[in-house]
Amino acid sequence: MTALFVVLGAMVGAPVRYLVSRAVRSPWGTFVVNVAGCFLLGLVAGAAGGVHALVGTGFCGALTTYSTFGYETLQFVERKDYRTAALNVGLSVVAGLAAAGLGLALG
Amino acid sequence: MRSELPIVAAVSVGGGLGALARYLVGLAVPAPWGTFGINVLGCFLIGVLMVLATETFRAHRLVRPFLGVGVLGGFTTFSAYAVDADQLLSDSPWLAGAYLVGTLVAALVAVAAGVWLVRRLARRPW
Repeated sequence: MTALFVVLGAMVGAPVRYLVSRAVRSPWGTFVVNVAGCFLLGLVAGAAGGVHALVGTGFCGALTTYSTFGYETLQFVERKDYRTAALNVGLSVVAGLAAAGLGLALG
Repeated sequence: MRSELPIVAAVSVGGGLGALARYLVGLAVPAPWGTFGINVLGCFLIGVLMVLATETFRAHRLVRPFLGVGVLGGFTTFSAYAVDADQLLSDSPWLAGAYLVGTLVAALVAVAAGVWLVRRLARRPW
């Protein structure tokens, strides 16, 4: 049952990430969904099993991504745009941690 | 939007499968090390996939949305990375820092390794 909740949440989270990344220029689309997902996961971190599986592990897990974050960063490095690569890494980690912390505090 | 529908569907199904795999790995390997392994493996695989799909083969238009955005995007996660790091912080700041930086470095090296490996193999005459 938990696995089903995870899959259902992810089937919504992944396409939302796709649509945001279509609307916002790389790498900032990924940045926006990653930070938003960190906040929301913090918020539901203490929630009951079903809610956590659906919204946390499923939706937030699939809304956010490490693989695209890593690949986009590498693309900027390959184009020798080290400034955007460093900015993406620094801002994603700092804003992600802050957003997760805020969510945990409010949740 | 109409022509986007198959892409959105491919991302959705792929995302569900990737998240299911992440959930199952998480049952076997507890956080944060399960998440660490997932993120590093997913980064290596996206490096492999992107070179195969954009430089080596002419992939079907649903391959990248399904495998890249969907499966690997759903498999890897930034939110658990940040929340786990925050939660580790209260127990052990050193461990939290090691997890934070360790994931970042290993993940970026893994993407580069995936890209490098496929480019190298593709150039080899068989």
